Amino acid sequence: MAVVWIPALYRDLTGGEATTTVPGDTVREVIENLEARYPGVRARLYHEDGARLRPGVAVVVDGVVIRGRSRVLREPLTETSELHFLPAISGG
Amino acid sequence: MNAKDKLKTGAADGPATREYTVIGTRPVRPDGVDKVTGRALYGADVHPTGLLYGAVLRSPHAHARIVSIDTREAEALPGVKAVITAADMPEAADEVSDHGETSVNIRYQSWNILARGKVLYHGHAMAAVAATSLHIAQEALKLIRVEYEVLPPVLDVRAAMAADATIILENLRTDELGHKGDRPTNIASHMRHERGDLDAGFAQADVIVEREFTTSMVHQGYIEPQNATALYNPDGQVTIWTSTQGAFGVRSQIEELLHIPVSRIRVIPMEIGGGFGGKNDVYLEPLATLLSKKSGYRPVKLTMSRADVLQATGPTSGSYIRVKMGADKTGRLTAAEAYLAYEAGAFPGSPVESGANGIFNAYRLDNLRVDGYDVLVNKPKTAAYRAPGGSNASFASESVVDELCRKLEMDPIEFRLRNAVKEGDRKVDGPRYPRIGLIETLEAARAHPHYHAPLEGPHRGRGVACAYWGNYGGRSSASGSINRDGTVSLVEGSVDIGGSRAAMAMQLAEVLEVPVTDVKPLVGDTDSVAYTEGTYGSRTTFATGWAVYELGLKLKQRLCERAAELWEIDPEEVSYAAGVFTAGAHRMTLKALAREIDDGRPLMASATVLPETEGPAFAVHIVDVDVDPETGKVQLLRYTAVQDVGTAIHPSYVEGQIQGGAAQGIGWALNEEYVYDAEGHMLNASFLDYRMPTALDLPMIDAVIVEVPNPGHPYGVRGVGEVPIVPPPGALANAIYRALGVRMTVLPMSPGHVLEALWAIED
Repeated sequence: MAVVWIPALYRDLTGGEATTTVPGDTVREVIENLEARYPGVRARLYHEDGARLRPGVAVVVDGVVIRGRSRVLREPLTETSELHFLPAISGG
Repeated sequence: MNAKDKLKTGAADGPATREYTVIGTRPVRPDGVDKVTGRALYGADVHPTGLLYGAVLRSPHAHARIVSIDTREAEALPGVKAVITAADMPEAADEVSDHGETSVNIRYQSWNILARGKVLYHGHAMAAVAATSLHIAQEALKLIRVEYEVLPPVLDVRAAMAADATIILENLRTDELGHKGDRPTNIASHMRHERGDLDAGFAQADVIVEREFTTSMVHQGYIEPQNATALYNPDGQVTIWTSTQGAFGVRSQIEELLHIPVSRIRVIPMEIGGGFGGKNDVYLEPLATLLSKKSGYRPVKLTMSRADVLQATGPTSGSYIRVKMGADKTGRLTAAEAYLAYEAGAFPGSPVESGANGIFNAYRLDNLRVDGYDVLVNKPKTAAYRAPGGSNASFASESVVDELCRKLEMDPIEFRLRNAVKEGDRKVDGPRYPRIGLIETLEAARAHPHYHAPLEGPHRGRGVACAYWGNYGGRSSASGSINRDGTVSLVEGSVDIGGSRAAMAMQLAEVLEVPVTDVKPLVGDTDSVAYTEGTYGSRTTFATGWAVYELGLKLKQRLCERAAELWEIDPEEVSYAAGVFTAGAHRMTLKALAREIDDGRPLMASATVLPETEGPAFAVHIVDVDVDPETGKVQLLRYTAVQDVGTAIHPSYVEGQIQGGAAQGIGWALNEEYVYDAEGHMLNASFLDYRMPTALDLPMIDAVIVEVPNPGHPYGVRGVGEVPIVPPPGALANAIYRALGVRMTVLPMSPGHVLEALWAIED
């Protein structure tokens, strides 16, 4: 199961847990399973249209920032994947 | 392909073990003659038939409500062909648009281009005029009647964060990674990275240092001001000639801001006189386009003055930063905490995320917390500036690290080596590092003669700082064709700012095993090459170079197929090396084959890549200074910049990037700042008063190349352009401390600030 690092600002939803293991073959499946365990995570990660992640969220899988907003939710994960949801670079 | 495999996509024999023919040499740049003879064509050289000249009316106030704008007198002036205000701009969606490395709210961008309802900084554009001459356009500006209700400006980042601060954008709410606040505020966003147990970490420390730092807003200082010429044809086709870091980025922004389909927009990137991040966002292009349409489809040119550039384009953030770090007696860092508040300018979007990510990224830390705040102030909306946000953060953390070294009586490089990150360690934001070269870079700095050279004199000191920058990949494209003389025409989508034509030609020549002079590179416009992100994020040699590499493989394959066709054999039987095709008894040079196959069927190929394996870069800088305690002037005596560059494609241009980045960082550290009066008027909007370093201010900057190839690139390339601007403020602050015993916590460390710090300790 993928190891998910919980963003510091989401730990109010996880009772302070900083990491957790969640089943899922893709980023989308992991988010759904995360939501089942910690309600509210999905709403913070997803855009209001419910179909894509918010522009302010970057997804990092095994150290690689996944580019391309249309495919990030489909990004495949392995049994040993490590998944991070991070603030995207928004300015500069 | 999963993410782990992506890190293994380099050449099969690994970039670290390769020997190159072209890469690593120093050929003359293909655009060199045009550049040094003045024949290169810049935006100012564009003169379409029937050209009109534009001028922009800018706000005299830092914060004011626009009660009314009356343009009738201006429109009536003979020679005036069009006047536009925000009313001529389409309503922009409240939508964040992905601009590659960064993103931007389109509505805010629209309001920045032409003020709507309120002006939010001194110089904010309010209206624009097109006329038959520049003088008439400028006269017309004086005839535009504007009634303002002046509001108090918010100019200090901490004051802007106060609960009772004047609100700049009434609908703004603080975003905390998806959680929206419920009160009006100037804090656009708050982010946090946290791991381990901070209290336990500081409890383990034998020495703890905590300090506050402030830095001023600074500008990229490119020589060529923004300019744009637009022609809106009656058939709906728009052509824009502009000075930009990314033609496709301009096209996307025009599409989103003016609701024109991309298929009707052609953006032609002219040669560029510097950008450093400041020429990604559009300012004049939408105005020129609207004016062209409104003036009866005549071409319109707009050019900024230096004052316009400084007042109303995108500088980088001033900031307030607090850093606390602890270490034990062995020199091991036990905990680190940082608070960063960055000025975004009048609209959200400072580089605080990058500053917060990078502030401790050179160090292995189990216990850390970093908070970052993006804060509105009545100053121009910030834009990218070379390693955005990195220099501010590094100034703070490297100063504190230096103070820890002093308390522990430990050599600064030895301390950094004991804590240096390596492959597998975690970055501040959590993910693990791939192969990186910080340790090799620190060791190269320690071994450099500069580090051991005697430095005598009463007010002289040597400072050291190291720094991280993450770099960026992004989408890039290239196409190429084989000419009948065996040369190769290469069309790339990346604007050439720092010699990338040469770097692209060299990578293609390496793949095709031909002399680099046989490759003819050309920077394409948006209709002549596939989508390519801008020249930013230290990405061009990495990502566009990768596209060129893929292009070369395809061209080589197709040449083998044509040779096989000629020899009536299977393509698999053809091999190619050093410019010669062979198959059994068959043998033919590339040049001969090109002639043979010149039968009307062009041999061409194209490639697009979206690499995600850009390798982080690290730099270590050493500087010697002599400080005059009577005047506070800091004189640089010697400067050495050591950097892991992955693989240096063209070492001269790598060295140039290192030297240029260091020079900009030195200017940021010692002199540059936006100066405002209490009403928010910028007081130093010229290069006379905005004090950038000149050749007279700088010693020779000794650039030392360290090559730890990036396993995530076919040739091991890492971005090199940004990281060298990061260490100078920290290195100089540490050198000044050793020279005077004064810990500088303010940028710039100009003579006045140095004297104030001296007087403070004397008191």
